[in-house]
Amino acid sequence: MYLTVFYALSFCACWRKMYFYKLNMAVRIMTETLIRNHLSHFEVAIAGCGGLGSNAAVALARSGIGKLFMVDFDRVELSNLNRQYFFYDQIGQYKAHALADNIHRIDKSIGLRTSIVKLDETSVTQLFATVDLVIEAFDQAAEKQMLLETMLVNFPEKPLIMGNGMAGFGKFELIKQQQWDKQVYICGDFTNEISEDNPPLAPRVGIVANMQANLALDLILKMRK
Amino acid sequence: MQIILNNRPAHFEGEKITVNELIKRKNFTFKLLVTKINGKLVRVDERDNAWISEGDKVEVMHLISGG
Repeated sequence: MYLTVFYALSFCACWRKMYFYKLNMAVRIMTETLIRNHLSHFEVAIAGCGGLGSNAAVALARSGIGKLFMVDFDRVELSNLNRQYFFYDQIGQYKAHALADNIHRIDKSIGLRTSIVKLDETSVTQLFATVDLVIEAFDQAAEKQMLLETMLVNFPEKPLIMGNGMAGFGKFELIKQQQWDKQVYICGDFTNEISEDNPPLAPRVGIVANMQANLALDLILKMRK
Repeated sequence: MQIILNNRPAHFEGEKITVNELIKRKNFTFKLLVTKINGKLVRVDERDNAWISEGDKVEVMHLISGG
């Protein structure tokens, strides 16, 4: 009698374990330590350190990404402070350098590389060969197109996360995330272009930047090294 | 001619059309478009010579400034 109860109980325990194991696999429940350990082996490139790039980089840094490679040719201006992750006393500095300083103030252990260059087809091909994932955070649509086409041709297996349409305020329900190619993902509302009457503002730019970072985490946590 | 345009069925007159013709007929007015036929990228300068025919899967995405 006792033996039967014992067997029944151990059988239940075994099934419970298997059930939870399967559940863990399906929804990828991970402790923060596991997440940070995994992320520490990967490098993300930030193409453009403006509103999207600076905020996405900071989110990845706080999550425990191993390395960040920040590329931008521009310097911090007063008008950037309404949405970009810089401070008043950094006006005039190169954005890539200022962002590196800010990230090292958050976490000294992150490996940082910077490049002060206006990216084109050649430099994208050279600079992004070794990174694990690229976040597109340019301002101009023409540059977005250049990066997308260069990545599709030269690095079709490397994930690219783009931002597309985030000007103005409100209209949260229009913002979405879409997979456009095997490794190309797009976050944004696909409609709201910046203009004098539709300026980029901290909340919506921050939402899309953090969507990009969130998707980057999701993809990297599925990668193996 | 029946094709799949941005994951939806679309109908066009004629047996085949170029990518630029499709852009014109569908009135895609955004300045910067990225186009694919059956998953393969068609660059801006190839759009006059890239032909779309029956059953092709065509994707047109517009890119807009801001970031």
